[in-house]
Amino acid sequence: MVDFLKNMLGGDIPAYVVVAMLPLFLWVLPYALFAVWMERKVSAHMQDRLGPMRVGGWHGWAQTIADILKLIQKEDIVPAAADKKLHLLAPFVVFVGSYAAFAAIPFSSAFIGSDINIGLFYIIAVSSLVVVGILMAGWSSNNKWSLFGAMRATAQIVSYEIPTALALLSVVMLTGTLDLQRINFLQSGPVWNWFIFAKFPFIFVAFIIYFVASLAETNRTPFDIPEAESELVAGYHTEYSGMKFAIFFLAEYGNMFAVSAIGATVFLGGWNSPFGEFLGGPVWGLFWFLGKGMFLVFVQMWLRWTLPRLRVDQLMHVSWKVLTPWAFVCMLGVGVLTMI
Amino acid sequence: MKEYFGDIFKGIWTVLVGMRVTFNHLFTPAVTIQYPDVRLKLPERARNRLYVNMDDCIGCDQCSAACPVSCIRIETVKSVAGDDLGTTSTGQKKRLWVTTFDIDIAKCCYCALCVYPCPTECIKMTDVYEFSEYDRKNLIYNYVTLSDTEIADVKVKAAVAEKEAAEKKAAAAAAAKAAAAAKAAAGPAPAMPPGAPGSPVPKPPAADQPSAPKPPESPKAPKS
Repeated sequence: MVDFLKNMLGGDIPAYVVVAMLPLFLWVLPYALFAVWMERKVSAHMQDRLGPMRVGGWHGWAQTIADILKLIQKEDIVPAAADKKLHLLAPFVVFVGSYAAFAAIPFSSAFIGSDINIGLFYIIAVSSLVVVGILMAGWSSNNKWSLFGAMRATAQIVSYEIPTALALLSVVMLTGTLDLQRINFLQSGPVWNWFIFAKFPFIFVAFIIYFVASLAETNRTPFDIPEAESELVAGYHTEYSGMKFAIFFLAEYGNMFAVSAIGATVFLGGWNSPFGEFLGGPVWGLFWFLGKGMFLVFVQMWLRWTLPRLRVDQLMHVSWKVLTPWAFVCMLGVGVLTMI
Repeated sequence: MKEYFGDIFKGIWTVLVGMRVTFNHLFTPAVTIQYPDVRLKLPERARNRLYVNMDDCIGCDQCSAACPVSCIRIETVKSVAGDDLGTTSTGQKKRLWVTTFDIDIAKCCYCALCVYPCPTECIKMTDVYEFSEYDRKNLIYNYVTLSDTEIADVKVKAAVAEKEAAEKKAAAAAAAKAAAAAKAAAGPAPAMPPGAPGSPVPKPPAADQPSAPKPPESPKAPKS
């Protein structure tokens, strides 16, 4: 794909610019519009309501477009006591942190932004930038709720990165590579070749640990204490409105898909068809990949509208006393099973 | 140790139970009624906006008197001889021009106490409940069917009639006074002269004449 664009556009730089923009405009923006609508519909139907029904005609499909138009028109309010530069910069840092992960995500056997051999490591490293942005937002807002939210977010994300990384590491022990495209190729074949079923039950447990920890990393319920609306108004984005708020929102939904995509790639076979060669190939690969990613996004929403929020001490308990030790157990188990 | 594993098991189990519940609700039909498109059926005797059928109103003011929040304001003008106001659908003759019939529906408490006293059943509660307005003044409903000129007309007529009646009364009073004075002057005298103003006019006996003779009871006779 990148080579094709290099030939077509006649240069490295235009090709890289196009490759960098492709996932954003072809997937992340439409996906975010759809996912916000879907979140509202899922939440509504889980509560026996209907959700948005009027904008656009069919089941309020244009609701998010209307919301975005509203957010664009809103006044850009910066609190008088805020640190203006950091306040302005924070949403963009958060978005960069969540979007940079898309650079190494293999959308299909034919398309990956950057086919680097440390893809998984790169994603884990670069998504930590989100914490910096959130802390920036909370600190610069000069508001105690924002600062509380930002500090909780930092504590939470830093804690949960450990089980996330350990869960992924148990797969890496199996594959011996951090290259996500290579991990995909290793899972080709029918469903039982996916890593989630490998070295049963250790990688299955690792997947669950990864999924729970990724929920916490994206600040989603039941781990949404950084923006706990009943306690902290809106947490770190209390003082944001208009497009800056929209960018935070976009970053959150982008992050949701990014972690789902990594989960799908590492554990659920990525762009591999569940039927082996049948319905395979790059185009179907894109379909399977996005389908698996969206399924995990749906599960995230499902959990959000099922579970209540955890307390801060419970949050730390889950991370340090449950997920981290069990992630080590999984690693050990995979190691032992690989040896024998 | 046992507690730790128990907690983990319980945590996973309860999450799964919760997920099953919400997943089932995902396919439960929503309870939402999409209001402007779909409306709930109102109860049979729902009390909403008041309506007055002015064709039947006799201007008796009983609804206004019954209203606990004084939201009905009625003014009437007497009709004069020769005015034909028609009858209500219950056959009652109308005797008053209703020149004001305002209901301030913003004050109305929908108690329906005005409905029961109405002798002609012309004020009633309807099932209309969508009548919000941007200006509170628009919530004062005016039910009068007469035009402004008609109202002015009946008022003038009534005033003239009243004046005439007052003059007659004054004249009668004056005549009675004069008669009393004359009586006092002339000493004891027989009853008031017939035809004097203010006195009841005795009906001429001839008027009753046609109905006076009783029909012969002959048809009954042959039978017995």
